[in-house]
Amino acid sequence: MSLSQMDRVAQATPKKVARRIKGLSDRAIAWIFVAPTIFLLLAINIFPLIWTIQLSFTNYRANRLNREVENIGLRNYERILTDSDIWLNMQATAHFLFWTIFFQVLIGFTLAWLIHRNFKGNAFWTTVIVLPMMLSPAVVGNFWKFLYQPQIGLFNYIVSFFTGKDPSSFEMLGSVDLAPWSIVIVDTWMWTPFVMLICLAGLRSIPDYIYEAAAIDRASKTRQFFTITIPMVLPFLMLAVLFRGIENFKMFDLVVQLTGGGPGSTTELTSINLKREAFEKWRTGYASAYAIILFVTVFGLASIYVKALNKVKER
Amino acid sequence: MSAHSITEPTDRAKWIAGGLVVLYALVTMIPLAWIMLTGFKSPADAISYPPKVVFEPTLEGYVNLFTTRTRQTDDFLAANPPQNWADEIVRQYDMVIVGPSKFGERFLNSVIIGFGSTFLSVFLGTLAAYAFSRFKIPLADDLLFFILSTRMMPPIAVAIPIFLMYRNLGLSDTHLGMILLYTAVNISLAVWLLKGFIDEIPREYEEAALIDGYTRFQAFYKVVLPQAATGIASTAIFCLIFAWNEYAFAVLLTSATAQTAPPFIPTIIGIGGLDWPAVAAGATIFLLPVMIFTILLRKHLLRGITFGAVRK
Repeated sequence: MSLSQMDRVAQATPKKVARRIKGLSDRAIAWIFVAPTIFLLLAINIFPLIWTIQLSFTNYRANRLNREVENIGLRNYERILTDSDIWLNMQATAHFLFWTIFFQVLIGFTLAWLIHRNFKGNAFWTTVIVLPMMLSPAVVGNFWKFLYQPQIGLFNYIVSFFTGKDPSSFEMLGSVDLAPWSIVIVDTWMWTPFVMLICLAGLRSIPDYIYEAAAIDRASKTRQFFTITIPMVLPFLMLAVLFRGIENFKMFDLVVQLTGGGPGSTTELTSINLKREAFEKWRTGYASAYAIILFVTVFGLASIYVKALNKVKER
Repeated sequence: MSAHSITEPTDRAKWIAGGLVVLYALVTMIPLAWIMLTGFKSPADAISYPPKVVFEPTLEGYVNLFTTRTRQTDDFLAANPPQNWADEIVRQYDMVIVGPSKFGERFLNSVIIGFGSTFLSVFLGTLAAYAFSRFKIPLADDLLFFILSTRMMPPIAVAIPIFLMYRNLGLSDTHLGMILLYTAVNISLAVWLLKGFIDEIPREYEEAALIDGYTRFQAFYKVVLPQAATGIASTAIFCLIFAWNEYAFAVLLTSATAQTAPPFIPTIIGIGGLDWPAVAAGATIFLLPVMIFTILLRKHLLRGITFGAVRK
């Protein structure tokens, strides 16, 4: 049946007749279609979550099966929240989150704004720019480690080429001062295109007539930028920040490959720290409490943020 | 200016914008280009200072990536001439190829787990998305939000109970275990994206088919599925890329049998000392399919990375 024919039939069809269906009822089909997905998520997401909550009140260690498991109440939570090292990890995570989002928004928006000029070939170059974002973070981290090698690495060479510094005089991954920035640089390299793409969609959603009206009212280009462009792109930009925020709060693979959390624990983000507690020290109960704290934090922050986002959208 | 509309940028503005964007694109490509070049260098060229842009290309990195080698005595080398071109490359270090490396196996694991989980998540996701799109489901919004929220958990946090559960069920380090796990992670993306795509197909098509005597099932797979084909294909590619790139679960839950390529590639360096060309070769082979897929996907990219929240 061709489309036009279908359209004609569709238009001629009263809705009531259309709802009469042979075989299974709609409700039965709806449940048959949704059930496997819900079941899978219950089995592999919700059941484990509940189990984690239960483990978080115990002193269970997954590598000692014969040890008696005791219920220790809230002691795991108490220990985590009063541990100064964990607050240092939180700070490292906050530093990483803040600066990656700052640079990605700044560069991403600028790029989108430039691409929106619709120069010749902009679609091609957009695709080129987007490539890093789709790659495996672990493999990216691994080869940036190569680029960051002092003496032989390309990054140090390029920096020394432009600044005249000796390429073996600084270690991006080995120094306490530079390592937090080395992970910010790689994440920014990788994810700026993400912010750019979303901003570009925002810019393209602004209808031309608004600018035309502003031009007739003799609003300057700068004024148009701050009173039209920025407010109209803002909801998109905030959405991009939400995605990047959640992703980078969970950050593990890229940084593990780059620095492994070092030197010392300067780049030990919470996920890396959690992995140490859970799978190296095998403090399963303690790590479970830690996991719950992280989950509540990201969920809580995201919910507050989404409320703010919806307010901006309504304006 | 007069020839343009008010909103159309001038030619000069376009040139400047284009120039800056091209400059950024070229700079951002340097790391990728460098890793691909390094794959064709000899280990000595790979770590030379200053870094070599012009060098004599060799397939040493690729040979080292795919083989295991041992050092041999001069007598043995003299008595056994090289078997093939790969053996010849290895001979310059007094070594012989003794067998394949694990890379092929790991790569194959990535393919099996990637395609397996993609098929499952797109299959289940299409069904669920169709139901959410077409039927009145009680608490649909809450269910959809629940499906999305499963994605907010840090993978390491989920990994603790999954590790215990898989240990009890015998699913640790198995292909099936990883396929199920990646399906569970990807299904939120699949449902959200596919719901968006199916929402865009006019209901009238199915209703017409129902009138013609099709059952719901028939209407679903004879009318809706063909219309949603592009959406299903791009959703599948997104799921595939995620499963392909995943590292945290892979490194914690797999080791000998079901290990995928991402946890394996960084370990290549340990096999032959500072064998950066082999690492680069492995990274190149591993990243190239994703780059090709990204280019194919470019029109739906935005939609995929935002779970369908932003549609152009």
